[in-house]
Amino acid sequence: MSDIVSPRWRVETRTRASSIFILFAAIAVVVAFAAPLFVPRSGIQDLFFILTMLVLAQCWNLLAGYAGLVSVGQQAFVGFGAYAMFASVILLGLDPILGILLGGVMAALLAIPTGFFVFRLQGAYFAIGTWVLAEVVRLSLAQWKTLGGGTGTSLPSGAVRNMWGVNLVADLFGVRPAQAVDILCYWLALVLAVGSMAFIYGLLRSRQGLGLAAVRDNQQAARAVGVDALRVKSFVYFLTAFITGLAGALIYVQKARISPDAAFAVTDWTAYVIFIVVIGGIGTLEGPIIGILVLFALQTLLADYGSWYLLLLGLIGIAVMLFAPKGLWGLFTERTGIHLFPVRRILTGGPINKTQGGPDG
Amino acid sequence: MNLLDALVQGILLGGLYALFAAGLALVFGIMRLVNLAHGDLIVLAAFLILALVTTLGLNPFAAALIVLPLMFAAGWALQYLILNRTLGPDILPPLLVTFGLSIVIQNGLLESFSADSRRIGLGTLETQSLNLGPVTVGLMPLLTFLSAVAVIVALNLIFYRTSLGRAFRATSDDAVTAGLMGIRSDRIFATATGLAAVVATIAALYLGARANFDPTIGPARLIYAFEAVIIGGLGSFWGALVGGIIIGVSQTLGATINPEWQILAGHLAFLAVLLFRPRGLFPRSVD
Repeated sequence: MSDIVSPRWRVETRTRASSIFILFAAIAVVVAFAAPLFVPRSGIQDLFFILTMLVLAQCWNLLAGYAGLVSVGQQAFVGFGAYAMFASVILLGLDPILGILLGGVMAALLAIPTGFFVFRLQGAYFAIGTWVLAEVVRLSLAQWKTLGGGTGTSLPSGAVRNMWGVNLVADLFGVRPAQAVDILCYWLALVLAVGSMAFIYGLLRSRQGLGLAAVRDNQQAARAVGVDALRVKSFVYFLTAFITGLAGALIYVQKARISPDAAFAVTDWTAYVIFIVVIGGIGTLEGPIIGILVLFALQTLLADYGSWYLLLLGLIGIAVMLFAPKGLWGLFTERTGIHLFPVRRILTGGPINKTQGGPDG
Repeated sequence: MNLLDALVQGILLGGLYALFAAGLALVFGIMRLVNLAHGDLIVLAAFLILALVTTLGLNPFAAALIVLPLMFAAGWALQYLILNRTLGPDILPPLLVTFGLSIVIQNGLLESFSADSRRIGLGTLETQSLNLGPVTVGLMPLLTFLSAVAVIVALNLIFYRTSLGRAFRATSDDAVTAGLMGIRSDRIFATATGLAAVVATIAALYLGARANFDPTIGPARLIYAFEAVIIGGLGSFWGALVGGIIIGVSQTLGATINPEWQILAGHLAFLAVLLFRPRGLFPRSVD
């Protein structure tokens, strides 16, 4: 086929908007790193929540939006990562930062047996299977009496305060250790969010990403041209388990108290995450960013109304799924054609300049 | 005789899970729709029955009779107005819409009935029991199990002996061709979900009478129901009963070893079946 392609043809995945955006994103990341200088402590805690939920949302988005693996059981990896971190700090006396890394590794290891089960299931069965497995992990860890059994336990107060870097941050900003812990956790969340998004973006633009999009659009056709669908999907499953485990462990370093019901809560770690992705726009990297901002705004506005907040979130989620299945970001791109993280390959330089139609990716 | 007792109690408990599962199996079998809000629909029906019992002083069985048509209408409208829009080759929309619905129902119930644990009182019926030689069984669990069998017999009769059932099966096999024969698939689907909501109401009566319930327990019951459906095999009603019994027996046997292992044992039994028969024990069709 290559002889037909004239040298004037080029495959591009960058657009002008995206090149400008990368510049702005770089500035935003630098500003975000400096945020503890001018943002009060409560603001840093809010930003920590936003960033960690963004990481979870990007993982679920990669799973459901790109790999077609609709999991309702990601709380298994959040909770398992968090418990692994607690075990390494309490039982092994490791530094919490090492504990976070261990949390990610343990979550990825957990994905081996769970993947073995859930990959036997298709579609909706997969969703139920992941949910059941998350329950099994929760009920099993509730038996672990050294870590508090069903009621849970706390990190020893010294462990977090003596974490690597806390003294340095405390001296640098002239703040008390408790506040320094928040700043350090925020920086770790920022590194995790930027790192995981950069990695996922790179993955989607790579050969594997193209294979992933092909599998999502038509599994039979993708397999016919030689894409190993199972391998691509398993890789995504392990990768998201690892990142989700890291995020879970980090969240619980900051919380410093764990219980099976909270660490494996389907509402906190899966329902919120699903709404973030769906409202923002599933199958795009921009969507979860929009979604977490909407969620945070709703949470702030409706903080005094208790369960009305979740009820409204559910209704918005249903409405978006029914009337704008590509989410808020999808509505925006349809009207403007702007992609900030373009992954679609565009053919340029030949007799025609634009390809039209066809699915993204 | 502890083991035999656990076995019998487990089988009877399986009847309750089969009631949870039968509505799911119906909806799943006809339109491949996975209703993640099914557990919350059951809890909703239980609260409706409770509201009638407490405000009008009705007998719970009479209250359930009044709730039945209401739930049928709610299920019909839910399918016709919302869920029909989500059906298609992509499984994501129905999953996400019913997941959203589950959150909406839970929080709506929390707002209107508070988070308190409630129970539908049945008076002396709750404590009566039958002595069957080596084991003694409670009248309520026995009634639940018999109702489950009756519901499954009725569903099978509707499915295989009536024109409505023929329409169900035809739409399930090929909705387009069924449409050419004058069957309006959107109404058939709505009727199926209405029927599932009726079964959910029967399940709600026994759920509320046998144990405490609060607005948030739906998803936990839904998991047992799904396990029963998946163990039984796609769309098979008797399979759902067998699945329910397997979950129920595993739970009571697990509880005899250690009370904390009750729920875990049920899940592990499900995973074990999945390992050896990923398509369930009695798959009705291939897909």
